[in-house]
Amino acid sequence: MNAHTHSSLESDIKNHLNVQRWRHDFPILQTRLYGKTLVYLDNAATTQKPYTVMEAENHYYRYDNANVHRGIHTLSQRATEAFEYARVALQHLINAQYAHEIIFVRGTTEAINLVAQSYGRSRFKAGDEIIVSGMEHHSNIVPWQMLCKQVGAILRVIPVDDAGELDRNTYDALLCQRTKLVAITHVSNTLGTINPVKRMIDAAHAHHIPVLLDGAQAIAHLPVDVQDLDCDFYAFSGHKLYGPTGIGVLYGKSALLDDMPPYQGGGDMISSVSFEATTYNKLPYKFEAGTPNIAGVVGVGAAANYLNSIGFDAIVGHEQALLRYATELISEIPGLRIIGNASNKTGILSFVLQGLHPHDIGTFLDRQGIAVRTGHHCTMPLMERFGVPATVRASFALYNTISEVDKLAEAIYQVKEVFK
Amino acid sequence: MNDLRELYQDLIFDHYRQPRNYGPLEHANRKAEGYNPLCGDKISLAMIVKDGVISDIRFEGVGCAISTASASLMTESLKGKDEGEALNMLKDFQALVTGVAVPDAMGKLTVLAGVQAFPQRVKCATLAWHTMQAALKNTTEPVSTE
Ligand SMILES: Cc1ncc(COP(=O)(O)O)c(C=O)c1O
Repeated sequence: MNAHTHSSLESDIKNHLNVQRWRHDFPILQTRLYGKTLVYLDNAATTQKPYTVMEAENHYYRYDNANVHRGIHTLSQRATEAFEYARVALQHLINAQYAHEIIFVRGTTEAINLVAQSYGRSRFKAGDEIIVSGMEHHSNIVPWQMLCKQVGAILRVIPVDDAGELDRNTYDALLCQRTKLVAITHVSNTLGTINPVKRMIDAAHAHHIPVLLDGAQAIAHLPVDVQDLDCDFYAFSGHKLYGPTGIGVLYGKSALLDDMPPYQGGGDMISSVSFEATTYNKLPYKFEAGTPNIAGVVGVGAAANYLNSIGFDAIVGHEQALLRYATELISEIPGLRIIGNASNKTGILSFVLQGLHPHDIGTFLDRQGIAVRTGHHCTMPLMERFGVPATVRASFALYNTISEVDKLAEAIYQVKEVFK
Repeated sequence: MNDLRELYQDLIFDHYRQPRNYGPLEHANRKAEGYNPLCGDKISLAMIVKDGVISDIRFEGVGCAISTASASLMTESLKGKDEGEALNMLKDFQALVTGVAVPDAMGKLTVLAGVQAFPQRVKCATLAWHTMQAALKNTTEPVSTE
């Protein structure tokens, strides 16, 4: 054995031990379905939750529960501290310059709607253009279409090539004086494509155009540094980063957020109210009207700390190894076509099988204890682009293993046999 | 695995691979489009209804094994039925696939009873039937299972 294979064997073993340790953090992975151990490969839809997240929420309700930013009593103070502590954890996760640039919302969808209705609606006029891409999730299409209807703006779309990458030349050509915003996904939830967002942001900024990134699929799988990217807005959901549902983040550059009108009115978002005039609160509270999802915030803060404790070197290394292994193994299956062959991908594998509908495959895999997503993945324009009604999508998280990929491949061979 | 076998019976495979009454229908006087947004299944249904009787019926589209076989079996069982009978069969079929009842005189359609163990697949099985109902009303709006 030479030195090279020796060290790669060593890292394989270390990796294996890591994954086994991480798996213990997620009790749901012990679930048995139809006599098999659950193989959860639907992580792009939502990830499972580690004990630490569940315990954080539980601890909050058990010991600290009170409304935030309101009472002078001890519990209210504790709840407020836990809430603001979580904000700082998220600030660090994406390396935002200020904690008040972290706005808590319900999820990616609400974050994008907030930018469309607050930023877009107050500034965009008839004939202005908004650029999105052909690989957007419906939640980064529909809010802009609604805005376009309201103000008479126009949606422009960057096309997707056969490999599942954005057409760079068309993008550069679309950027013009009429462009008021670029809103694109960091990582495609259907193809796994990691878009060259830094370069795309630079190109937009050269025309003084702000950029919103949909980070839903990036946040748990790539290190995200909003200052380095220099994006103007970044949207993501807690439930895709091992945190709870119903909580998410809109990051915005302080100067932009400061200039934007509130999105919703109510308590917490004001400094003073009289029937003649209301003064809005400062950031981030201006955008956090009403009693927030406090337990959700505490939970997502714990999730951010969990990711941090593992570190993205280990996460990316493991997930890329899974992706490489799975891509190789699955490509060998006759009649199988992978949709999305970008050179830079996260652990998302979409595919179709000749003569077999994704729904039938999904039902079959389910009875083997394997959870995958089948359908259009809320990207109907992209399905149209690849000429398929739906795909099967396996998406990996840090707790997935090589042996789970083997089970997936084996089950695909079996379903082919059954449907022969 | 047993409920899988129950779902994917040979007759289903047969109708999936070789759908009956598949293709366009000339001189159709009842038409509708059906769509299941969840899985992307699409079906176009065309019928010739004369004196209240379905004298011919054909379908086209893309779908999973369950929705294709269901459409194929439906066309076979509806030919020669009058509108009232067709709508009663729709009710019986819904009862069958949701497990509410096992109506008698369903003929080959009982092969789809296995769907009741898969609630997520009921929409696949009923897509063609909802489309048939829309076609009888000559609805131009595509019906959706959502
Ligand atoms: C790329 C992308 N954008 C947006 C969303 C919407 O996220 P949420 O439903 O949590 O608001 C998702 C999740 O499905 C996604 O994958």
